[in-house]
Amino acid sequence: MAEEYCIVLKGVSKYFDDKQVLKEIDLQIPCGSIYGILGPSGCGKTTTVKIMAGILEATSGEAYVLGERMPKLAMMDHIGYMAQSDALYTAMSAFENLEFFASLYGMKRSIAKERIEEVISLTNLKEYLHSPVAVYSGGMKRRLSLAMALLHHPQVLILDEPTVGIDPLLRKDIWGKLNQMAAAGVTIIITTHVMDEADKCNRLAMMRNGRIIAEGTPVELQQNVNAQDIEEAFIYYGGGTDED
Amino acid sequence: MRIKAMALRIFHQIRRDRRTLALVLLAPMLLISLLYVILDSTTTDYKVGIVNAPESYIDKLYENNVDTIRLSRYDELEAIETGAVIATVNQIGGKLYVKIDGTNSSKATSLLKILELAAKEKPEQSRADTTTEIDYIYGSPELSVFDHFGSTLIGIIVFFFVFLISGISFLGERTSGTLEKLLSTPIKRWEIVVGYAVGFGALTIVQSALITFFVVYVLDVAMVGSLWLVLLITLLSALAALTLGTLISSAAASEFQMIQFIPIIIVPQIFFSGLFDLSPGWSAVGKAMPLYYVADALNKVMIKGDGLSAIALDIVVLVGFSTMCMVGNTLLLKKYRRV
Repeated sequence: MAEEYCIVLKGVSKYFDDKQVLKEIDLQIPCGSIYGILGPSGCGKTTTVKIMAGILEATSGEAYVLGERMPKLAMMDHIGYMAQSDALYTAMSAFENLEFFASLYGMKRSIAKERIEEVISLTNLKEYLHSPVAVYSGGMKRRLSLAMALLHHPQVLILDEPTVGIDPLLRKDIWGKLNQMAAAGVTIIITTHVMDEADKCNRLAMMRNGRIIAEGTPVELQQNVNAQDIEEAFIYYGGGTDED
Repeated sequence: MRIKAMALRIFHQIRRDRRTLALVLLAPMLLISLLYVILDSTTTDYKVGIVNAPESYIDKLYENNVDTIRLSRYDELEAIETGAVIATVNQIGGKLYVKIDGTNSSKATSLLKILELAAKEKPEQSRADTTTEIDYIYGSPELSVFDHFGSTLIGIIVFFFVFLISGISFLGERTSGTLEKLLSTPIKRWEIVVGYAVGFGALTIVQSALITFFVVYVLDVAMVGSLWLVLLITLLSALAALTLGTLISSAAASEFQMIQFIPIIIVPQIFFSGLFDLSPGWSAVGKAMPLYYVADALNKVMIKGDGLSAIALDIVVLVGFSTMCMVGNTLLLKKYRRV
């Protein structure tokens, strides 16, 4: 396994019962980059990132994270995963949610407190830290989910549609922070169906119907087909592969 | 460490959810109190219409809490129809003719016994040395219907509530996506299952203690054995219910589907738990159900005053059953994450 690649998928296919949702996915994600997976809903983005996170297992093919074959329990410590739906215990406060996950990652109380402080100020949730999550707005829940994924300083951060419902100013903040983390060596995988977010990624994979239809830097992807923007490029790449 | 975190989290969640807390802690006591009132107030004073009977016979009935009213031969049937009396007595030529409303068979049977006994009993026969000596091996003459059912009811009610609450709670973990989030951390599958058992177990300790003390000290139900053993059995009952509940919840897609398991999983167990006298063949069916062992152990301790050795088998079965459910659940979670 080449050192410079943080995540490698080799011929990954995934079936749910008889339905094939991933078809021979090959991906190489460089370490310390922000890697976007772009595609319409139902194209297999979430399944792909769940396989990377070790929650799902490929039906065939191989998935490696930091050189380790997934799924592997020991790797969970190095991966931060933010699901598409907000997986929060709504009866508890943000602090209790974070504290719970901190102890699942085996953090000491003092360290946990520090980290909670850190992720909560990053996501602007300080004043609601002790309110029950049930009273949170959709955007606040999204931010708390992000805070939970960042909690244990993972080397690999997998974010499934992270910025849905987050206001533009905060979104800019979060992207700034993600860039900082990437510069510090964290590999970040983001799924999105918002084209303007795709622009901010270092590299991009376009997905459709369980296949990767194009891969490269956003600029490459546009220039190769003389497109004005990512959206146009996506339509171009997607046009020819609509056989199923 | 992670088990402790899981258990603590469940504690935090339930502490906030006042309604569930009330359901687990107070509802059982409410139900038991209601049953106590209902079963204990089942009055045994019967009303009997007398068409013709000697005065001594009527006195005998009166001594046995039977109220009598005089009826003419023509009103006999009407009185039974309207429910004014449940039986009528007409003595013709030394022979007793009884008409009775048999809708409530147990009531009718016990009344018939009284009516017959009163006719047989002749005062000159009741010499002190020939009266029957009765020794209660188990129980006492004061044992009411509730005393008889009370021990079994504790088991049933604890089992029912814990099954429902733990099942729905574990189900919520799946439907809200938090199970997936949990599985994205280094937690092991068995740690989730055991964490649940410990977290809800702590709650059920409080519940079991409350119910046991309430039944024994407030309702003053017949109780000759050790209070600690009763507590142990209710706790094991709760453990069996909570592990079964979390296991069964894997087969439910929604809270509504979880409720659907009550008539399938809970109700048959109540039928076979020993509330009813069954033929040996049918009572063997009960031995395949955890609630049977709960009821058996509670009966032995509370009414017969047996010790630990007498209920050892029940305890082994309940612990074994709970362990099996936990292992099963750990394996079922493989569906969500293989490692």
